[in-house]
This record gives sequence, C-alpha cells and structure tokens, in this order.
Amino acid sequence: MGVGPGSVTEVADGLSANDYLTSEGLATAIFLGLSLRRPLLLEGEAGVGKTEVAKTLASWLGSRLIRLQCYEGIDVSQAVYEWDYSRQLLHLRTAEATGGASGADAATLEDSLYSERFLVKRPLLEAISHDDPAPPVLLIDEVDRADDEFEAFLLEVLSDWSITVPEVGTFRAAEPPIVVVTSNRTRDVHDALKRRCLYHWVEHPDFEREVAIISLRTDGVAPALARQVAAAVARFRDIGLYKPPGVAESIDWSMALVRLGVDALEPENAEMTLGAVLKYREDQGRVRDFGLDRIIAEATSR
Amino acid sequence: MAQPPSPPSTPAKAAEPSGEDVCSLASSFGTALREAGLEVSLGSMIAFVSSLGCVGVESRGGVYWSGRATLVHRPEDFDSYDTVFARFWEGIDPLSLLPPPPVAEVTLAFDDLDGDGADGENEEDSDTIAVRYSPHELLRDKDFAECTDAELAELAELMSQLRLGGVMRRSRRLQPVRVPRGRPDLRRTVRRALQAGGEPITRSFRQPGEQPRRLVLLLDVSGSMESYARALLRFVHAAVVARRRVEAFALGTRLTRLTRELSTRDPDDAFDRAADAVQDWSGGTRLGESIGIFCDQWGVRGMARGAVVVVLSDGWDRGEPAAMAESMARLGRVAHKVIWVNPLKATPGYAPLAQGMAAALPFVDEFVEGHSLASLEELAVRVAA
Repeated sequence: MGVGPGSVTEVADGLSANDYLTSEGLATAIFLGLSLRRPLLLEGEAGVGKTEVAKTLASWLGSRLIRLQCYEGIDVSQAVYEWDYSRQLLHLRTAEATGGASGADAATLEDSLYSERFLVKRPLLEAISHDDPAPPVLLIDEVDRADDEFEAFLLEVLSDWSITVPEVGTFRAAEPPIVVVTSNRTRDVHDALKRRCLYHWVEHPDFEREVAIISLRTDGVAPALARQVAAAVARFRDIGLYKPPGVAESIDWSMALVRLGVDALEPENAEMTLGAVLKYREDQGRVRDFGLDRIIAEATSR
Repeated sequence: MAQPPSPPSTPAKAAEPSGEDVCSLASSFGTALREAGLEVSLGSMIAFVSSLGCVGVESRGGVYWSGRATLVHRPEDFDSYDTVFARFWEGIDPLSLLPPPPVAEVTLAFDDLDGDGADGENEEDSDTIAVRYSPHELLRDKDFAECTDAELAELAELMSQLRLGGVMRRSRRLQPVRVPRGRPDLRRTVRRALQAGGEPITRSFRQPGEQPRRLVLLLDVSGSMESYARALLRFVHAAVVARRRVEAFALGTRLTRLTRELSTRDPDDAFDRAADAVQDWSGGTRLGESIGIFCDQWGVRGMARGAVVVVLSDGWDRGEPAAMAESMARLGRVAHKVIWVNPLKATPGYAPLAQGMAAALPFVDEFVEGHSLASLEELAVRVAA
C-alpha cells in the first residue's frame, strides 16, 4: 500500500476528494482494513454504494481495480486461472510437426505446455500475482450469489494470500491486495469468511449527507432540488415499500429531473419521473395512495 | 450479566493508557459482549485490540466503530452491541433508557370453524378455554421440552428418517460427461492429447450439472397451531439437517430465522436453541404480515427465488386478508412452487374458510395435509416432485 493513511479523517477526506462521501463508521472500517490489511466485508441494501467503495478506493490510492463478479456456479476457471487451450493445442501441433513431440522430449513438452506462458490469469490470481507499485484493489462483488464451495476456496486465498497452480507452482502476494467483499445478504456468508474480514453494514445516508452526495454526483442540480429529492426519497424509505430506494436511485432521479430541465420538484414532474426511483408497480401505487402531493409538499418545506 | 471491573466512564478519561490496560479492557468488553449473546472469537478480539492500536482510544467514535467492524458480524447483533457498549464504556444503564415493558395481556378469543361467527374479543363470560389466537403479542419464553410425551419422541425419531429431496434445476457449474454432448472440455482434451503424442484424438466434453432447488420452510408458531407446531418443528429440524440449501423460519407476530438454531444435529439441543430464539411461541397471529416481512427481508432478495417454499400453518390470521393475499402473491411470483401444509385440512368437513387461508389459497400451488406422519411423508414426496 506504499504509505497507508494516517487517520480515519484522512480516509474520509481522500474518498470525498474522489466524490464519495462516507460516514464515520465506514471511514473507520476502511481505515482499519487498510491498516490491519484485512479484507472488508460490506453488507447492506442494494443501491447504498457498496461497490462504489472499492472503485473510489482504487482511484484514491491510484491502484488498479480488479473486479470479480460472483454468480451461482462460479468456479476456479472463471475466478482464478484457466489455460489458454487453443494456444496449447497449436503449440502441440507445432511441436508435433517439428518432431519435438515424440520420444524423450515428452516431459519437456508437457512442461512447456503448462508454463506461465499459457496461463490465463483470472481476477483472484491476477490480484495475488500482481507486480504493481501499489497493491491493487480486489473487489469481490455479491459474494452471496456464489456457492459454499467457492466461499471455502475464497477463505483459503484470503487467509494465505497465495494460490497454487499445480502445474506451475505457488503464487504468493508480495504485498496483499486491498480486498473489498460485498454481499446483498440473500443468504448468510459463512462465519469463517466473516471472521477473516472486517464487517460493516452500509446504511442509507442521513439527510444532509444524501443532499451532499446528490449535489456531488449530479451535474447541474439546483441546490433546492437536491434537498427536495433527498427529502422525498427519505420519506419513501419509511412508508413500507417493497424496495426502499437507495442513494443510487436518488442520484438517478435527480439526473432524470435535471435532464428534463427541472429545478424544483412538483407533483407533475415527480409523477413523470417516478420510474427512476421506484421500480415496482406496487411501490408506485403505494406512494400515490399515500399522496405524492403530500410527500412533495413536505419535501419542499424541509 | 456481570458488571465489568470498574468501567471507565468515558474512553476520553483513559488518556495515555498502557498497552496492557487496553488489552484487559478490550477482553472484558469482549466478555461482556459474549454474555449478551454475541459470538466473539479470539481472532476478533485480536483484531479489535489491533484496531484500537490504529485508531486510538481517545474518541468514542473510534472505539465504537472499531468494535463494530471487528467484533460484530451481522446486523442482528447491532442492538446488543450498542447496549453493551453504552453500559461498558459510558457507564449508562441501558434499562434506564428503555420505556417500561408493556404488561402482557392475554385475551381469550373465540372463533368457530365457520369463521363467520361474532368477533369474540374480550368476552369474559365466554366458555372458550383454548386460546385460539390473540391479537396481542404474547412474548413468552416457553420451554416446550417438558411437554413432549413418549409418542412424540417416537414420532420424532421417525421424522428424522424422512428425507426431503428437492426438485432439481440446471446449475451453471459444468460437469464432465462421457458422451460427446454439451461443450468441449479443452482442459481435459489437451491433457489427453499429451498422452497421445500431441494429437487430440479423444475429445472430452462438459455439460451443466444439476442442483437441488433451495427449500424454504415457514412454520407458524402462533397459539392456534400449538398442538401441531412442536411436532412440525421436529419435521423442520429433520429437513434442515438432512441436506443443504434448506432455510427455516418461524412465523408468529414476528419473523424469526431458525436455520442456524436448527442446524445442530442433536434434536434436543436444536429445540432448546429454537425455543430461545422464538420469543412469540404460541403467541398471536399476524401471518400475512410475517410472510410479507419474509418477502422483504429475505425472500424476494434471493432466498425464495426459484425455491420450493413450504408454509406450515392452519391459516388463522388476525391481520387483513388483503395483506395476506398481497404477501402470498409476491411469494408466488418469485418461488418455483408454494406448498401450503394445513394440519386442519384432515378434519372431516374442513373447508378453508378462515379468512387468511382463503386469501392465500389462490397463490398456493399445492394444498396438503400435515397432521400426521403419513401426511408428512406425502409432503416429502410432493416437495421432491
């Protein structure tokens, strides 16, 4: 990590210089992750900015972002390494044509076939075997979508910082990558993995911070509009919707409004753009039943 | 819970503490958390002490968030952590912050099976003795182990032999196949080519394997289910330990996840844990609402998606039928199959007239009995079908 941050404030400032406003809790967790060199496990509702943490960390620290998107059935060949089979086959044919494949050279041929030259590094191996000046940020996104077997493997990598490719040998990280693991909590991540990590539950931001985030992320948003959107979204969050909107939706909504040339939230323009913030028909219905006018009136007076 | 030895009133007062002080304070804090029911491993404690070394103990926020990041691993524990933190580091008695606990009120409610009888709330002169259901939440920590009789134990033994298979679905994970079908397995092909002097004579293939679908069991533990819930819990336990990808929840006036508690193999141990976890055992019923909460917090996010969901309930619901219909509709939209197990269904002349049951039925794929071991065996077959 070169020079690690000296304090929690430095982390918060560094991230905000890269357009990410953190809470004290998240900044502390990130600071500890960097100082103790522990993976950081972020859980929280969809759209609260978990993935964004890793991206911002990378741009702040000037390191490379390596992303591993997890899904059901992900296995070693997609997450760790794969051999470049077409090139291996070509190499074999060439060797055969030049007579290298026969006789005593078989062992040599096999060695050359399974050498780093034909190794395709997938995100995990890439992050472990890096030779970057600053260790890369490894984002393991939505780990809850992967299955238990993969999680167990991940645990091994995150504890030892090494990966063994049987044919080549063991890759060991000179400097371990900075690891951010995110989960939407569709199932519980295994305790053993949790113990390896620092844990932070990412909350929806409070009102003032959400206003700041909207202003920072939406070009040309009027200050009054940013406040109104934040207030309206905050209201949406406590009327019991299926999917309470996250910050990502607040930003989308303000972008949509700005694009339409709106500088103050009104029932008509809110109605037209509701699809940017509420993505269930039932949720839209619920907000209308509750009274969109009322929410907007409240938001405007806040 | 034991009071920690002379807790400092604020961390700020512990300016310039020695490393030893920090260690012993941290370990007493860890002990206090364990007493409050959190699982704090030694590794977490070490991480916590190292964190304090990085962040310092001068600010409340630093200590608080270091502990949250290292000692707590799930949102359910945040409240306990806050309470212990306040008491330990700030010397605040959390009980003084809470409103006085509400006095539990037991209401006898009469409900005839036709479901259309007069609403019998607070009928003191009613001769109904059985608590059918109560609109008030009865928070009781009931030890149901003492109610088991020999027969139930015997049944439990038989239930543990029930195997709930699962409907299979295609997995994305590829498996080697012998016949040339699916996608070429180049890795294996190259390996074999080496043995043949570099000529890929035998080609290998892989194709997607199969995975059992997730099974989600929602057990109604309200008062009206009292005579069945215990036996059905044994069934749920048997299902949870029998195979992977099974999740269990208790439905009452609240939703309690039981998967962790029930994943212990020893049935008695599992029951004790489950009884501790379920605070509204034999309490009131807010079935539709609880199913809605399940959808919000777990189901729609992913747990019920493509899963076989089994609701074990008699369908008595104190809430609005509309809420039940809405929750079941959502569940039905994401689940592969919804099976409703109703122990009352076996009663001669039973018709699903309870409002909750009637509201739920249109969204149920299969409606089965669940009053006896035989019917549960039947259920096991349906789950796998």
